[in-house]
Amino acid sequence: MTTETVKKQRWKLNLRDRFQDLPKPARIAAMVVFVVLLYLLPTKAFYENLGFPIPVGSGYLPFYTTGSDMAGVLFQCGYYILLALGLNVVLGYAGLLDLGFFGFFAVGAYTVALLTSPESKLITEYNWLESPWPWLVTVPIAIALAMLSGVLLGWPTLRLRGDYLAIVTLGFAEIIRIVAKNQDWILNGDRGIPSVGHPPGTWPDGEAIFDLEFTPYYWLVLTVIIAVIFLIRNLANSRVGRAWVAIREDEDAAELMGVPTFKFKLWAFAIGAAIGGLSGSLWAGQANFVNSNTFSLENSILVLAAVLLGGAGSIGGAILGGFIVIYLPEWLRSVGDVFGWPTQVEIAGIHIDVSPTSLRFVIFGALLIVVMIYRPQGLWPNRRRAAELKDRQKEVAPVE
Amino acid sequence: MNFDDLIQGFPDLTTTGLAQGSIYALVALGYTLVYGVLRLINFAHSEVFMFGTFAALWTWGIMGYDSNSTRPDLGTALLLILVSLVVASLFSGGVAMAVEAVAYRPLRKRNAPPLVFLISAIGASFVLAELMGAFTERRQQGIPGLLPGEPLFSAGGWTVYPLQLMTFVVALAVMFGLDWFVAKTRFGRGIRAVAQDADTAALMGVNKGRVIALVFLLGGLLAGVAAVFYSMKQGNTRFNVGFLIGLKAFSAAVLGGIGNLRGALVGGLLLGLVESYGAALFGSNWTNVIAFVVLLVLLMFRPTGLLGESLGRARA
Repeated sequence: MTTETVKKQRWKLNLRDRFQDLPKPARIAAMVVFVVLLYLLPTKAFYENLGFPIPVGSGYLPFYTTGSDMAGVLFQCGYYILLALGLNVVLGYAGLLDLGFFGFFAVGAYTVALLTSPESKLITEYNWLESPWPWLVTVPIAIALAMLSGVLLGWPTLRLRGDYLAIVTLGFAEIIRIVAKNQDWILNGDRGIPSVGHPPGTWPDGEAIFDLEFTPYYWLVLTVIIAVIFLIRNLANSRVGRAWVAIREDEDAAELMGVPTFKFKLWAFAIGAAIGGLSGSLWAGQANFVNSNTFSLENSILVLAAVLLGGAGSIGGAILGGFIVIYLPEWLRSVGDVFGWPTQVEIAGIHIDVSPTSLRFVIFGALLIVVMIYRPQGLWPNRRRAAELKDRQKEVAPVE
Repeated sequence: MNFDDLIQGFPDLTTTGLAQGSIYALVALGYTLVYGVLRLINFAHSEVFMFGTFAALWTWGIMGYDSNSTRPDLGTALLLILVSLVVASLFSGGVAMAVEAVAYRPLRKRNAPPLVFLISAIGASFVLAELMGAFTERRQQGIPGLLPGEPLFSAGGWTVYPLQLMTFVVALAVMFGLDWFVAKTRFGRGIRAVAQDADTAALMGVNKGRVIALVFLLGGLLAGVAAVFYSMKQGNTRFNVGFLIGLKAFSAAVLGGIGNLRGALVGGLLLGLVESYGAALFGSNWTNVIAFVVLLVLLMFRPTGLLGESLGRARA
């Protein structure tokens, strides 16, 4: 075997290497085009000009979620992607299993709701505030509070082992939800907080940009995502990021090498929580109404699934995963009519609803299993982590 | 804080808490068994339980009892319960083994890390719950009242209902049976061996694959038993009942020390009691918060749970 590296033929390289091979201006141009495309996604005309054959009169457009508002779905994808990016820091970089990540989303959303709604009890009952604050001012507060709750939760619990950490975080999210549901002093229980403030800004003709239409919110969240990506990338390539990887690979070894593991684990928790809180404040800015029903545990699990489906430890993976877990079920809603999928079958006299709307989570669950079996590193893996997994597979000869 | 309710209702709260705790304990055993052997949180176990409730419902339906039927006499009721116990536990056991074969075994062959197992389990959980949801049109289904609703006996403020007594007794019996099975039989020894060190056990001639399948079967059987009693107590079931029970049962398992059979029993009963007393003290809508706060506080001071030993290290 020779030690000199043989330059692989171009077609043999995978997509990522090919992309890296391009000259830098070309790469930047490609990214710009891609980002512009992303901004175009919610417009219907974009899909009409894709050039796919469209069944006449079906109202179907490829990739367009005709069962629900495309811009709304994209906005939902957007804040799930943010959540996935936040959990990716905690789980993918530092390797801490957090099952209650949606709790931080709730903290962010409630902070914004309490401070911006004219009907918040802070104003009507306690007179802490003279008048509702503008949305933009409350976002940093929401982020700070989410971060603080991350630290408060992490401080006592990060000493626990992995699985116990999982159940403690799960309990935390559940407690936040139930407290929000039951108590009446501030959060208004099930009745929730109405008239939450929107982001500022008006069109030239004086109409508010951020109102009922979803598209501006999607653009806003997309912009925030891009900013967060830069932030996380820089963080991951810094001393902090290297410390996280060391902790993930072997905590004891990292500690011996002088990495203050507890401090960096706490940082991972806090930064993840801050991104979760940011996502919650964006959602609250759109939702207009915040109550406890939004924060059920299934959402935390969905975010977790997003991170691992996409590939833990990889930013691209978190984005892909966050997109898939929301978009795929919504898209499946509308495809059934087009491809003539039966909506009902009858087995032994019982009618079973087999429409994609009804079965979308069955399909999604099956997809999770299949991906985990055949591609456990995720769809868009982090190279280093994929290599760790591969090592593991070689380590033990299965005895079956 | 309402201490009067707690003191006056103490006997009632204790009996309901113990009955509810028995159900938690039965489900918790499924989590603990799997965790003890595979170090894996079997997220799909809650759906295994949910399938058990429907199996019981259908069994009674086939035998001519649905939610509109009049209450049968005691002999018939006992027969119905016996049959449904057998059917539901076999059904749940079958589902649990199917989950193992489809969602976990391929991963084990590839020596996947624990997180990958967790996601696969979540996927299996989605598939099972939503399949049942599609099948039952996501409707809540009523369950016939079988046992007489009058108290069985009351003495000195303690009132005991037939269903509570039966739940508690059957749960205890099943758990002692399981304890005996794991401690004394050849299969039980296999389970303990694999729990201690899977690879060494395999070298010593233990069929690892079969032991793991057996562990899932056992967990499923117990979940089926729990499902029958839960259905009778609740009077209805739905495709998503598994989630909360699963969460509580898992907390119970952690509370007692996950991987420890007796810990699951202690944790389950304790959680049932704490919830029952806590609901009287703070109001019933705080039940779940109390359960979790107790769990969090306990984990901070005793991170391995109350009894905190693993299945492998249980006495030989």
